[in-house]
Amino acid sequence: MNRVGNQTPDETPPKLADVNRDVIRTLTETTPLYWWTFGIAVMVAVLCFTLPWAYQLVTGIGVAGMNRPVIWGSYISCFIFWIGLSHSGTLLSAVLHITGSQWRKAIYRSAEAMTLFSLVVAVIFVLVHVGRPWFVYWTIPYPNQRELWPNFRSPLLFDVTAITTYMTASATFLFVGSIPDFAAARDGTIGWRHSMYRVLSLGWRGTQKEWKHLGWAYTFFAVLVIPLAVSVHSIVSWDLALSIVPGFHQTIFAPYFVVGAIYSGTAGIVTVMYFLRKYYHLERYILPSHFDKLGRLLLVLSLLWTYINIVELTTGWFSHHSFELEFIDYRLTGAWAPIYWSMIAFCAVLPLSLISSRVRTNLNVMLVLSIFINAGMLFERFIIITTSLPRKYLPNTWADYAPTWVEYSIMLGSLAIFVTLFLIFVKIVPSMSIYEVKEELLHNAKHQQENKP
Amino acid sequence: MTLLQEKWRAYRTPGYYTKYDYAWRLVVDLDSCTGCGACVVACQAENNLPIVGERAFQEKRDMKWLRIERYWEGEYPDIKMRFLPMMCQHCDQAPCETVCPVAATYHNQDGLNVQVYNRCVGTRSCAAYCPYEVRYFNWFSASWEAPLEQQLNPEVSIREKGVMEKCTFCVQRIRQAKDEAKDEGRRVQEDDFTTACAQSCPSKALHFGDANDPQSAVSQLAKNPRAYHVLSELNTEPSVTYLARGKAMESAS
Repeated sequence: MNRVGNQTPDETPPKLADVNRDVIRTLTETTPLYWWTFGIAVMVAVLCFTLPWAYQLVTGIGVAGMNRPVIWGSYISCFIFWIGLSHSGTLLSAVLHITGSQWRKAIYRSAEAMTLFSLVVAVIFVLVHVGRPWFVYWTIPYPNQRELWPNFRSPLLFDVTAITTYMTASATFLFVGSIPDFAAARDGTIGWRHSMYRVLSLGWRGTQKEWKHLGWAYTFFAVLVIPLAVSVHSIVSWDLALSIVPGFHQTIFAPYFVVGAIYSGTAGIVTVMYFLRKYYHLERYILPSHFDKLGRLLLVLSLLWTYINIVELTTGWFSHHSFELEFIDYRLTGAWAPIYWSMIAFCAVLPLSLISSRVRTNLNVMLVLSIFINAGMLFERFIIITTSLPRKYLPNTWADYAPTWVEYSIMLGSLAIFVTLFLIFVKIVPSMSIYEVKEELLHNAKHQQENKP
Repeated sequence: MTLLQEKWRAYRTPGYYTKYDYAWRLVVDLDSCTGCGACVVACQAENNLPIVGERAFQEKRDMKWLRIERYWEGEYPDIKMRFLPMMCQHCDQAPCETVCPVAATYHNQDGLNVQVYNRCVGTRSCAAYCPYEVRYFNWFSASWEAPLEQQLNPEVSIREKGVMEKCTFCVQRIRQAKDEAKDEGRRVQEDDFTTACAQSCPSKALHFGDANDPQSAVSQLAKNPRAYHVLSELNTEPSVTYLARGKAMESAS
C-alpha cells in the first residue's frame, strides 16, 4: 500500500509520470494514521468548540472572562491571530508566482488552503465574539427590506468588507490554480471521485487555448490578491488603531499587523510543509532547500517585527503622556508580563538562530521554531488586547482579565476545526500542484542539458 | 455641490447642522456632591438596571449607568477623598458612535448619544472605544425575583443578553416632556422634568436642562469658572460639565 513509504526517503528528482501517481496517491490511499488524526480532530472540535459555544449562546457571553474595561478578550485575539495566519498562504504564493520563483510550486497549494481555512476559523471567532451572533448579518452592507444600512464610518464594517473580499479572492485563486490538477485527478481516479473531479475540473481538456486562459486568469488573481492581503490586515489593525485607547491608538499598527501576519503565516507554512513532507512522503518535492529559503524569509520578518515592536514602545514612551506610560508599565511588568516576555523570546530572540544555515536546513529544528513563532504571535495578539484595555483612562475602572475554561476550550477547538478542514482538503484537492511541479522538472532538465559542455 | 455637501453633513452628524431641537446638558457641582449615592439608586430604579450580585460585582460586571468614582489623595492619615459621579458623557464627538458597525449608537437631534438596543449585535467595540467606561454590557439576561419585577419601570425596556446599554439622560422623561410641550404648542420649560439622578440628589449637585435656552441653569452654570470637562484633552466634547471643588471647600474638608 505504502509504495514510497517503504523506501528510504530519496531526494532524487522524480520522473514526470511519477508526479501524477504520487499526488493522486495522496488522494486515494488513506492510512489508519489519517483516520485516527481525523477522528481525534473531529472529536476535539465537537467537544471543545461546539459544546462550550452552545453553552455560551444559551447562557450569555458572560461565561467568558471579559469584564468592563477589558471588554474584548481572547476571542478577538484569536480572530486577529487566524486572520494573520491566513496571510502568508495566498500572499506568498501570489508574490512568488509574479516574481517567477520556481520553488513555490510544491508548496503553494497547501499554503493557499491554509489561507482559506484560517479565514474560516477567523470568521467563526467573530461569531463567537459578538453578543448576538444571530444578528451578525446586520453588519453586511446590502440593500435589504429593513431599509437599514450599516455604519460606513466603522472600522468593523471595513473589516467585514475586507475579509469577505479576501476570502472570495483567495478561494477563487485557489480554485483557478487547481483546475488542471482536478482534471489530472479525474483522469487518474474511478468511482465517485471521478464524478466529483469531472465537475470540479470544469471540463478541462488541456488545449493550448485553455492553458493560455488559465495562465492569464491565474496571474490576474495573483496581482489582485496582493493588495487585498495587505489591506486586510491593515484594516484589522484599524479596529484597534482608530480608537483612542492607549496601546491601540498607534500609527504603526497597520504595517505592524501586516508584518506580523506574514510572519506568522510563513511560520505556519513551515509547519504544514513539514507534516506534508513527512506523512505524505513528498520528500522528493519538498526539499530542505525550500525550508532554507523560508527560513531566510522568517529571519528578515523577525527582524522587521522586532524593529516595529521597539518603535511601538518608544513612541508611547517619548509621548510622556501619563496614560501611555501607565500602559507601557502594565505591559512590561503587569499581570501579563510573563506572556509578553515569552512573546519577545519566541518571536524576536529564538528566530535569530535562523542566521545559521544549519538551523535552516534542519527540518526538525525548523518545525520547533515555526511552532514557537506562532505561539509567540498568538501571545502578541493577546498582549495587545489584554494589556491595553485594562489600563484605559479612568483609574477607577482599572481591572485585570483572565480567560475562563470556555475561552481556552474554544481556542483548542478552533485549532481542531482548522486541522479537520485541512485534513478534508488534502483528500479532495491535490495538495501539490501537479502541473507546475512538472513544469519545474522540465525546466530543470532543460537547464542541465544546456549546462553540459 | 451644495446639496451633496448638505447630504454628507447630515449623514456625518444626523440632525446636527440643521438645527438642534434641544441640547440636553448635565452639570455636576462637585462642591455640593457628598457622594451619598442617591443618584445611583434612583438611576437603578428608573432605568430597570439589573441587580448583578456580589460575584459579578467583583468580576467588574456591575451595571450602574451612573457610578460614583472615588479617588484618594495623599497617604494615610493625611488623606483626602474626591468624588466623581460618572455617567455617559453624551459626547458631541463620540468615539463610540463612529465604531458601531450597525449604527446602534448614534447622535439624535437633541444632541443625545442614543443606544438602540434592538439594533445592537454586541461587538462591544463602543465600550472598548469609550474613554469614560460608561457603557455596560449585558453578559447574561437579567431576571428579577418576584415581587421585584413589580417595581420595573414600564416606560423603559428590559435589555436581553448580548446587548450594550448606558445612561440615556432618562430619554423616556425627555420624550414625555417633549410630547406634552408639543401638545401645548410650546418648548419644554426648565421645570417640566428632570432626570432621575438630578431629581433625587439631596444636595442639588446635579443640574439637568437645555443649553439652547440661555436662561436655563445649565447654561448659566456652564459659564462658571470652575467648569471643566473630564478628559477634555481627548476632544470628545462631552455634554456633562463638572464644576471643580472650590478653594474654600478644599480647606474645609
